[in-house]
Amino acid sequence: MKLFEFEAKEIIRGYGFGIPESILIKKGDDVEKKIRDSGIEPPLAVKSQVLVAGRGKAGGIKLVKTIEEAIETTRALFETPIKGIKPSYILIEKAIPHEKELYVGLVIDRNDKRPLVLASQYGGIDIEEIARTKPESIIRYPIDPFVGLRSYEARLIGKKIGVTGKALGSFERFLLTLYKAFIEYDAELAESNPLAYLNDRVLPLDLRITIDDNSLYRHKDFAKTEKERLGENTEYEIKGHELGLAFVELDGDVGILGNGAGLTMTTMDLVYGFGGKPANFLDMGGGADAEHVKQCVSFLLQYQKAKKIFINMFGGITRADEVAKGIIMALNETGIKKPVVIRLTGTNEEEGRKILEEAGIEVFNDPIEAAKVVVSR
Amino acid sequence: MAILVDEKTRVIVQGITGNEGSFHTKRMLEYGTKIVAGVTPGKGGTKIFDIPVYDTVDEAKREHPEADTSIIFVPAKFATDAVYEAIDSGLKLVVVITEHIPIHDSIKFITYARSKGTTIIGPNCPGIISPEKSKIGIMPGNVFLQGNVGIASRSGTLTYEISNVLSKNGIGQSTVIGIGGDPVIGISFTEVMKLYENDPQTKALVLIGEIGGDAEERAAKMVEERAFTKPVVAFVAGKTAPVGKRMGHAGAIITMGSGSYKDKVETLRSVGIKVAETPFEIPKLVKEVLK
Repeated sequence: MKLFEFEAKEIIRGYGFGIPESILIKKGDDVEKKIRDSGIEPPLAVKSQVLVAGRGKAGGIKLVKTIEEAIETTRALFETPIKGIKPSYILIEKAIPHEKELYVGLVIDRNDKRPLVLASQYGGIDIEEIARTKPESIIRYPIDPFVGLRSYEARLIGKKIGVTGKALGSFERFLLTLYKAFIEYDAELAESNPLAYLNDRVLPLDLRITIDDNSLYRHKDFAKTEKERLGENTEYEIKGHELGLAFVELDGDVGILGNGAGLTMTTMDLVYGFGGKPANFLDMGGGADAEHVKQCVSFLLQYQKAKKIFINMFGGITRADEVAKGIIMALNETGIKKPVVIRLTGTNEEEGRKILEEAGIEVFNDPIEAAKVVVSR
Repeated sequence: MAILVDEKTRVIVQGITGNEGSFHTKRMLEYGTKIVAGVTPGKGGTKIFDIPVYDTVDEAKREHPEADTSIIFVPAKFATDAVYEAIDSGLKLVVVITEHIPIHDSIKFITYARSKGTTIIGPNCPGIISPEKSKIGIMPGNVFLQGNVGIASRSGTLTYEISNVLSKNGIGQSTVIGIGGDPVIGISFTEVMKLYENDPQTKALVLIGEIGGDAEERAAKMVEERAFTKPVVAFVAGKTAPVGKRMGHAGAIITMGSGSYKDKVETLRSVGIKVAETPFEIPKLVKEVLK
């Protein structure tokens, strides 16, 4: 789960690292009163709090020189969709004049199975772009998960990206603080880009933290707020997550349901291969019973984008008769009619086939043939 | 031969009395897996399917010193503790079926296991089977056939599908291992390949990958460097998956400009690995490389 910039900054501030003075405006607040009462002085950066990449380029950050301009810009930004998403919060921050911008981030190295510091003297552009244009500038420093990040290591990394003098101590404190947040918030990503390099200190102008979804049970305050986080997930995806479904929205019109992530992805690939376009990814998981299958199928029947549905099920632990029962229940209970193509094989295949055929639904054994048929309908 | 597990493997089931644990224990016993003990805190002294249950792995191991492997069906919140318990009791192989374990927990117990000489399979995996010898996992036993093709996979159901189509074509398997769908997992493709390289029963390898990470690229590098010399057939799921979205598995996500289908397939093909367009092409390709 991605945190908003203001949430990530709140965490860092809470750990005692100084960040630019700011005020947070919520949608519906009296914008003028809140800004004037805060006593914050221009120049200011007015920042739309949306969870989409490339916010700056998309017009989500404005620099203003007067309070009047700040009020006007804040009002305008609330009405400005950034990549389709209107913000619920605007962060107004003291603009800090600076000449140099750095990049520093923490990720998990999948292969080395440990935290990895990424740092570069070229901040302010996407790390992907830095990796493409100046790969030699990126410092990669692995951290022993049992020892953690030591102060000397933070200084070493700072030196390597050109931080010197008084600012080096500030960089050290910042990186240790970021690491603390990375660990305590079970993050899969914690980064500052840009990190402003001033004469005597560093200052995170932007800050991003992404919490590992599997750890959300340890961070319940954030777990409750998925609904407010439009931009990371679509409305229908959030609806699916609330039902506990592994659902991803896509742009096509063929609803996809499979059992197991790999098989479900392969089902999408097959549909694509025959010229169709999947409307979604939905994995019913392993060992689904009729009730769970019903929930999944109903969800796709009610999903506007899916004009037809392809169910691809390989029965191992999941039983074909349970899947068949679930499909019939969903069709009956929702009363929604869409072309449904089903490939059913494996455990209790015969019973499953019988249940579906008695209800007049055609069942395929070969997924290739089924994929061709669903695309043609 | 086979790798990691065979008819001599003796298993402890952690979480044996839970829904998943008891259901799959029964299936494993039916397959012929030698399960010697189960562990559920608070249920010590009872029996399930005639298997003695203990409160701790330590007790189970003391009463059954021949036990060398554990399979974990403990819910995510408690699974990390169960893994440390298995490692500290000196078990050599720990199969973690549990999904949704926090990644910061996984990196630590995997690092710890390494330092103690324990191999971890998973988390979030279907387990491992050496057909007709031992099944330590949740896969349906009936789709496998003993033979000479090793399989290593990041996916569960897709592995069953592919094993099934291989078996139906008369191509059996030496060992089939699902390494797990999480971003950070214990045993990797390359470590499994080292074992298959030294296994005389295994004549060819089927690698089942998916988008996200660089496990497939690393496997290709091993082939290129001749550290793996047996023929390889691969399939990669997620050709049409969008960037930045998790496709069911926590690890199946294209990020930071890496992990795409195209990169994986190009890298695999560049070292001479045959990549199937669909899972159903695999038997044909395996027959070709085994000629």
